[in-house]
Amino acid sequence: MNLFPTIRRTVIMAVRNLWLHKLRSFLSVLGIIIGTCAVISLMAFGEGSMQDALEDIKRQGLTNIIVMSVKPPDDATSQRRSFIANYGLTDEDHRRMSETLSGTVVATLPMRVFAGEIRPVTESRMYVGRIVGTTPRHFVVYKLEKSMAAGRFLTAEDEQPSPKNVCVIGAEVATELFPGEDPLNKSIKVAGKDRAFIIVGVLKNRMPSSTGAEVEKYDGDIYIPLASCRALLGEISFTRSTGSRGAEKVQLNRVVLTVDEAGDTDEVRDRVRNTADMVRAQLEMHHEKKDWDIRIPLDRLEEAERTRDRYRVLLAFIAGISLLVGGIGIMNIMLATVTERTREIGIRRALGAKQKDITLQFLVEAVVQTTIGGLLGVGLGLGVVFLVPWLADLLSQKVPAAIHQPSIFMAFFVAVVVGVLFGWYPARRAARLDPIEALRHE
Amino acid sequence: MLTIARVEDLVKNYYLETVVVRALRGVTLAFEQGDFVALMGPSGSGKSTLLNLLGCLDRPTDGKYLLGDQDVSTMDDDQLSEVRSKYIGFIFQSYNLIAQYTVVENIEVPLLYQGRVDRATRDRCQRLANMVGLGDRLDHRPSQLSGGQQQRVAIARSLVNDPHVILADEPTGNLDTKTSGEIMELLLALNESGKTIIMVTHENDIAGWARRIVRMRDGYIESDTRLAAIVKRNGTVQH
Repeated sequence: MNLFPTIRRTVIMAVRNLWLHKLRSFLSVLGIIIGTCAVISLMAFGEGSMQDALEDIKRQGLTNIIVMSVKPPDDATSQRRSFIANYGLTDEDHRRMSETLSGTVVATLPMRVFAGEIRPVTESRMYVGRIVGTTPRHFVVYKLEKSMAAGRFLTAEDEQPSPKNVCVIGAEVATELFPGEDPLNKSIKVAGKDRAFIIVGVLKNRMPSSTGAEVEKYDGDIYIPLASCRALLGEISFTRSTGSRGAEKVQLNRVVLTVDEAGDTDEVRDRVRNTADMVRAQLEMHHEKKDWDIRIPLDRLEEAERTRDRYRVLLAFIAGISLLVGGIGIMNIMLATVTERTREIGIRRALGAKQKDITLQFLVEAVVQTTIGGLLGVGLGLGVVFLVPWLADLLSQKVPAAIHQPSIFMAFFVAVVVGVLFGWYPARRAARLDPIEALRHE
Repeated sequence: MLTIARVEDLVKNYYLETVVVRALRGVTLAFEQGDFVALMGPSGSGKSTLLNLLGCLDRPTDGKYLLGDQDVSTMDDDQLSEVRSKYIGFIFQSYNLIAQYTVVENIEVPLLYQGRVDRATRDRCQRLANMVGLGDRLDHRPSQLSGGQQQRVAIARSLVNDPHVILADEPTGNLDTKTSGEIMELLLALNESGKTIIMVTHENDIAGWARRIVRMRDGYIESDTRLAAIVKRNGTVQH
């Protein structure tokens, strides 16, 4: 007996039978539809937000080690007002790192970062932004090649031979201080000093990045050469926060060490960790207080990846449960159908159907149901994945979604398998009916 | 005449919880090709059990059943299914058509399980439908047909596999007298064209259409009478 026409005929028969009871068939596969849809859309939204997080981390540079100055919490001086808090990384630290780690670290980026006023020279506007004293290397470390809206970033000529008073401003600074104007070549004053800085570059809007709990925004930044910053302010920066005024003496707020430019391999990862350990040891030796902290984007990446994997396992578990419930729904209806069609089974048996013919008939019906349910679920899921971000966009919300292709195939495959598993028992029950009893069934 | 089916010392016991129901207590019968046999007897006489065994729907507790040249009594479930699909035609009291199938599709069902359904067999099904007078209702479903018409479909279905023997279980039991007559005319015509028919009935009028009447009681054959040819030929039922 040729198997293919038999299967084909059985499938056609199954589809016809299901079409005969459209509502019932639909209701019985509803569980499968919702299950599949849920798996695909949840995976997509999960994947979307995870990808955003991973992108963010990658933007911070997987081969970078970020050393930061941190105001020590147990510093008694912070209690007293208008006293200069002296802490953090020093130029000496930076020099030491550059020298001792020159074997593994290809470049360092020292930075000063503090809040301050920014005013145009000719206008009376004012913006409180973040003043960043940095070097041209900033451009590479923060991957700004695609973020320049106009002009250029700081270059070596801005520092050497003598520091120049030039700056690059963030997008928000530009729109706040120079609405409707081209900020290039305009002059601004920073941190309440009289010296004017000429704007040589404007940046586009940039995605904020998160470092653990803090979110770092860039659009209110103004970048000036580190040497100019020193010349302008010395080592003391004044801070104003609600109700208190203070000054801080911090030589460097941040040093970004780049271990390797090449990329992300296991070997590089190990090197990043070893280097971080060395930096840590060095800082512990030379600092009495814990006024520094080391952030390793790589660690955060791995943590995020672990989170993503946990999320996936959790989702797979939920998916498994929902498809299990869907399968029970199918089995329930199939059992009822077998009872209802006992007489038909008897007729078929009397006319020559073998047990395996009956098994096949009901199994195919179950599998056709779950397959169609799976397809509908995939369609619905994809619909949700495309529709929800679009709707959210209309409401000015951002719902990142990234279709996770394996989840589509997995969900569909599982739906079909559920049909086989949960169709099997009712089908066998149908096949094992005694033909004489079945014929007598009313 | 060629013997198409033979049972020897056929015994069938049903084992209920505490009692043993001895439905057949040793039945020996031979059916010749082209015969038209009426099985009669009160309820509980074993005639339905015998028909089920003849139809290979069940296996005997003891004894032998030869259908054609095959010993059917020792076959397993799959083999019995195959025998049913190839050598046996069934006609039931309540027609037993498949509700969701059309007339042609219902006639086709036995072929489905022989794995041979194609354009040629479809034509054959249509010819059979024509033969039983339903050529204009090929695409009707059972619910759109009268009882008599449904039984005609069942008769056409019983012929589609060109069986050794047609087994009819009270074929007119659900029909009025006039329709019963029409159905019996059809069965008679089939028999005269050479088909072997074994029919269970409890109506003497209906039994009168047959060539041979086997009466059963308490699991035994009570009598086995061959009717005079003249009675059969004039076999119109008078009421």
